[in-house]
Amino acid sequence: MKIHEYQAKEILRSFGVPVPESKIAFSVKEAEEAATEIGLPVVVKAQIHAGGRGKGGGVKFAPTAQDVTRYANDILGMTLITHQTGPEGNLVKKVLIEAASNIDRELYAGIVMDRATSQVTFMVSTEGGMEIEKVAEETPEKIVKVAIDTAVGLQNFQARQMAFSLGLTGDSFKNGVKFLLALYKAYIGTDASIFEINPLVVTKEGNVIALDAKANFDDNALYRHKDITALRDLDEEEPLEIEAGRSGLNYIKLDGNIGCMVNGAGLAMGTMDIIKLTGGEPANFLDVGGAASAETVEKGFRIILSDGSVKAVLINIFGGIVRCDRVAKGVIEAIKNIDTKVPIVVRLQGTNAEEGKKLLEESGMNIIAATELQDAAEKVVATLKTIEA
Amino acid sequence: MSVLVNKNTKLVVQGITGSEGAFHTQQMIEYGTNVVAGVTPGKGGQLFMDKIPIHNTMKGAVAKTGANASVIFVPPPFAADAIMEAAEAGIALVICITEGIPIMDMLKVHEYLKKYPKTTLVGPNCPGVITPGEAKIGIMPGFIHKPGTIGIVSRSGTLTYEAVHQLGEAGFGQSTAIGIGGDPIIGTKHIDAVKLLNDDPKTEAIVLIGEIGGSDEEDAAAYIAKHVDKPVVAFIAGQTAPPGKRMGHAGAIIAGGKGTAEEKMRALATAGIHVVKSPADIGKKMKEILG
Repeated sequence: MKIHEYQAKEILRSFGVPVPESKIAFSVKEAEEAATEIGLPVVVKAQIHAGGRGKGGGVKFAPTAQDVTRYANDILGMTLITHQTGPEGNLVKKVLIEAASNIDRELYAGIVMDRATSQVTFMVSTEGGMEIEKVAEETPEKIVKVAIDTAVGLQNFQARQMAFSLGLTGDSFKNGVKFLLALYKAYIGTDASIFEINPLVVTKEGNVIALDAKANFDDNALYRHKDITALRDLDEEEPLEIEAGRSGLNYIKLDGNIGCMVNGAGLAMGTMDIIKLTGGEPANFLDVGGAASAETVEKGFRIILSDGSVKAVLINIFGGIVRCDRVAKGVIEAIKNIDTKVPIVVRLQGTNAEEGKKLLEESGMNIIAATELQDAAEKVVATLKTIEA
Repeated sequence: MSVLVNKNTKLVVQGITGSEGAFHTQQMIEYGTNVVAGVTPGKGGQLFMDKIPIHNTMKGAVAKTGANASVIFVPPPFAADAIMEAAEAGIALVICITEGIPIMDMLKVHEYLKKYPKTTLVGPNCPGVITPGEAKIGIMPGFIHKPGTIGIVSRSGTLTYEAVHQLGEAGFGQSTAIGIGGDPIIGTKHIDAVKLLNDDPKTEAIVLIGEIGGSDEEDAAAYIAKHVDKPVVAFIAGQTAPPGKRMGHAGAIIAGGKGTAEEKMRALATAGIHVVKSPADIGKKMKEILG
């Protein structure tokens, strides 16, 4: 799960990680009040779930009260387009008003789970303010990685190593070590999957603070973090994906026009792939789970068909423990209830596949039955071509 | 021969009284798997289906039955604990079916298992392992499998069934099919399963099914290039997946431009592996190679 910068900073603050004084504002008036409370100069920062906000015009330095009013006015309600939002951009509904920092240096700190070693890995770099992927590609020697022993956690000597590698000295060294230790505690304490502090700044006064903060959390662990679950912002998510989630389905919207519904994540991806290879474009990823009951199939249908660009649907169910004849009955029932004119290709394979196919063919509905994967993909792409012609 | 499980496997089901555990225990027994005990804390002394003894602890179950394998159906918040309990009880093969275990819990499990080098973990979030005609440990449909000489290793459940089905149509059975699971932290990785299948004299060829995310397929490819002479057919799911989106499996996400299907397919092809672009071509390709 993703959260906003201001929420991430609240979490960091509660773990003792230094962040600038700031306040969230939903209106120009609230922004002005926050600036007065914090004291000028401030920075006005758009709050959306995407990086690259500064380049897109969503972060402005405001030395005067007039600037605060102007920038809050400009940014609130704007559609912010960054390299992470896609061309349609994200609507900005809130801004963070933050005390401006007296920046001496901009550094980078990140914590991730490294799959290759199955360890939490800390990364720091002197190249703050840049995209870390770019640094990793062009100057990998400028990223220092420290693997954390799961049993004992981040040790002081490791934090010192990182602080030295960042060239910190005197007060900023002491503050840097404290910062890194607190950041690790916050990561572990919240079941985070990614923490990224970019830039991590050293101020002219020798303070080390998180000027920006990005945090993602492990969805599987949210059950034990009710406070973090409450930070979810549905405005930042695809409405159809939210609805699917409520029904316990895993749906991701894509750009094509062939809707697909599959049981199992791997087979769902494989089905998208074969649609593409056969000359079509998948409209979505949808995994209805192993069992594929009539109820989940119907819910899946409603979600797929709410996407107006869907012109045909391919259902691919590998019936293992569930029998295909039962899946077929569920599919027929669901199509009856939904009353759609979109052509539907149904491929059933596994237990009682032939019985399932027969039921579909005899249903008198707008269903094209198939038993092999290639055949199913060809049929759905051909149907689409017929419609277009 | 086969790998990991066979007719001598003595299985304990952890979470045998839950709805999933109970259902699949019945299915496994019907298939012929030797289920010797179940464990549900607090229900020790009872019988499952009037014949399988239920124990309170894994230690108790192992002491009484000499079990050497366990399968885990306990809910996600308690599954990591169940894996560690099985290892501590001396179980050699632990297969964890549970989906949705927190990553931090699995990091601890990974660390804990270093103390038990004789324990092999398969999963979590996997369909299990089957040696057709001998034993099925997990949730896969038994009847689609046939005894034979193709070893399968896969991160996905239904996509494995698809491969098994295609191999069957092409006239091939399986030595052992290993579902390693779709999570970012798993016990047995592609490379480990490939090593096992390569060392198994009954396995003539290998099907490797991967997905976007991570670099396990690349690691397996490097191993295969050096050590494996048996033919390998591979498919990578998620060629059309957009970056940054989690495709169902927690492990299936393209992050920072890494873990794309294209990269994996290139690494596999460079290693001399027969990479098929379409998931419908797995069986066909194997037929082409083995005749």
